[in-house]
Amino acid sequence: MIPRSRRRERAVEAVESTGLGPRDLLAEATAGILQRPARSVLTALGTVLGVGAFVAVLGLTATASSQIDARFDLLTATEVTVEDIAAEQDEFAGRAFPADADARVERLNGVRHAGVYWTAGTDRGLRVTAAPVGAGAGGRPIDVVAASPGALRAAVPTLAQGRLYDGYPSRTKQPVAVIGSGAATLLGITTLEAHPAIFIDGKPFTVVGILSDLSRKADLLLSVVVPRTTAETLWGPPARGAKMLIATDTGAAVQIAAEAPTALRPDHPEYLKAIPPPDPGTLRADVTSDLNQLFLLLSGICLVIGAVGIANTTLVAVLERTGEIGLRRALGARSRDITAQFLAESGALGSLGGLIGTSLGTVTVVGVAVVRDWTPVVHPATVAAGPAVGLTTGLLAGLYPAWRAARIQPTEALQR
Amino acid sequence: MTAPVIEFRQVGLTYPGPPRVPAFRPCDLIIERGEFVTVTGPSGAGKSTFLNIAGLLDAPTTGRYLLDGVDTGALKDAARTALRGRRIGFVFQSFHLLPHRSALENVLLAMVYNGVPRKERAARAREALDRVGLGHRTAAPPTRLSGGERQRVAIARALVTRPSLLLCDEPTGNLDTVNASTVLGLLDGLHSDGMTVLVITHDAGIAARGARTVALRDGVLTERVVTT
Repeated sequence: MIPRSRRRERAVEAVESTGLGPRDLLAEATAGILQRPARSVLTALGTVLGVGAFVAVLGLTATASSQIDARFDLLTATEVTVEDIAAEQDEFAGRAFPADADARVERLNGVRHAGVYWTAGTDRGLRVTAAPVGAGAGGRPIDVVAASPGALRAAVPTLAQGRLYDGYPSRTKQPVAVIGSGAATLLGITTLEAHPAIFIDGKPFTVVGILSDLSRKADLLLSVVVPRTTAETLWGPPARGAKMLIATDTGAAVQIAAEAPTALRPDHPEYLKAIPPPDPGTLRADVTSDLNQLFLLLSGICLVIGAVGIANTTLVAVLERTGEIGLRRALGARSRDITAQFLAESGALGSLGGLIGTSLGTVTVVGVAVVRDWTPVVHPATVAAGPAVGLTTGLLAGLYPAWRAARIQPTEALQR
Repeated sequence: MTAPVIEFRQVGLTYPGPPRVPAFRPCDLIIERGEFVTVTGPSGAGKSTFLNIAGLLDAPTTGRYLLDGVDTGALKDAARTALRGRRIGFVFQSFHLLPHRSALENVLLAMVYNGVPRKERAARAREALDRVGLGHRTAAPPTRLSGGERQRVAIARALVTRPSLLLCDEPTGNLDTVNASTVLGLLDGLHSDGMTVLVITHDAGIAARGARTVALRDGVLTERVVTT
């Protein structure tokens, strides 16, 4: 005989519901999906496309933005150009840059180097030759640029040979020149050991340096650069307005751009137009254009189609598996266990679609980046969001079929 | 003294309709532990309704039903489901095996909802398949089993939770005579081992195998004791 207390225990144990554990739920959902693998793959396809498009759009946007970020490097961020627009303001204004322009701007806090430059003799067509007469005197299409020493230093030059003209030749208006490596080749100058001279409109200039590279204003590599003072003496003031190149400390550029016109011309700051570096925030905003929003909308539509596909297939599966649902109920599955199983199946299908879609989207981004020679950038948040979006889609799509499945009465289901 | 496995106290079921259908008229019935009872009657006599009530798949509209001494009328749905899962093993006419799973996996399914620890399940499933003589076919899917073998897998699935009651609904309805005889022999063997077996059948020959037969006609249950 079983004692009364033991009988009570057995009774309580019998009616205590344990339900479906998480591991069993996962195993049953996986088995449900693998039951019809081809159908499962087709069902997940909508989510694959939706999530793939989502990841690809966000990834390509990030990649394109980073290209702009790359262009917007330290060099660009510390460069300010000031233009002479005096002629637009007042036809009798004359030159906007004062003679001591370099010194005025270099006094500003945060300025490393600053100098005025312009292309000299544009109105008369200066002819640069390697010899006053003879074979070397054919003349080459080489620009002559008048630049103060500060302008050259602001361009961050690398010298192959020789040196820059420093303050003295500039102050005393010496006929000296620094030439770019390209111009040197055109003029047949390979070494400075013999102190070669070039002739600009027949006037000899001693070459003191050859530039091998410039971080800014790389066009100077094909030019002959002479001191501003020398150029003004020989050929007069700039015909089309000069410019000033300012190299600043990091973060100072915008401030310097605001101050420079006043420092140069306290009487007429409006004669000068300072161009600060572009704001990176504005650039990124430009990239997130209407086109990307359109693509995101399309990926949303794909997801909705994917969700409808999952909902439809899961509903068909519920109807097909009515007998199985009845059996599970007879074996002790509560209606919430049935709900959980079908939700888990649709959720797993959605997640699977999300995972594959994320992979395909990432591959697309990498592929486009490789073709365009860009650096592919996919934010970790995008990669994490992909499967989560798939899971959410799957769960939402499974809600109605799971609810229907849970309402199936075991007595009816077992008749089938 | 242990409680009877099934105790009906004026249990009846009327479908509210309209029209109202008294599918199972109020009656008393006690089935003690270890009995082999057959329930017989023609089509439409109320056999399925009786099965649904006894199997806790449907609740009676009148009376009290005690299963293993537990008053099922007081239970909420989750508790009824738990009681059903643990105390009743079902054997259906159409087997209800999952076609994409092996015989072993079909038997394992019965333990998924009843809190049987995972590590115990495989051994218990094999033991149940051995008991029905299918220890060598554990990996076969139902599609590669004969009708008789399928029903034996279903019996193994019903046994594996060690229920108090084996509830069989036309267990040989889809089988030829040879396979039917094997399955009935198996049920006899289980009964001999002490299992309480309740077989619902329209076949008078099978009904006669029970030590005790209950007849159903037009929803009215009448008992006749067969002396063998």
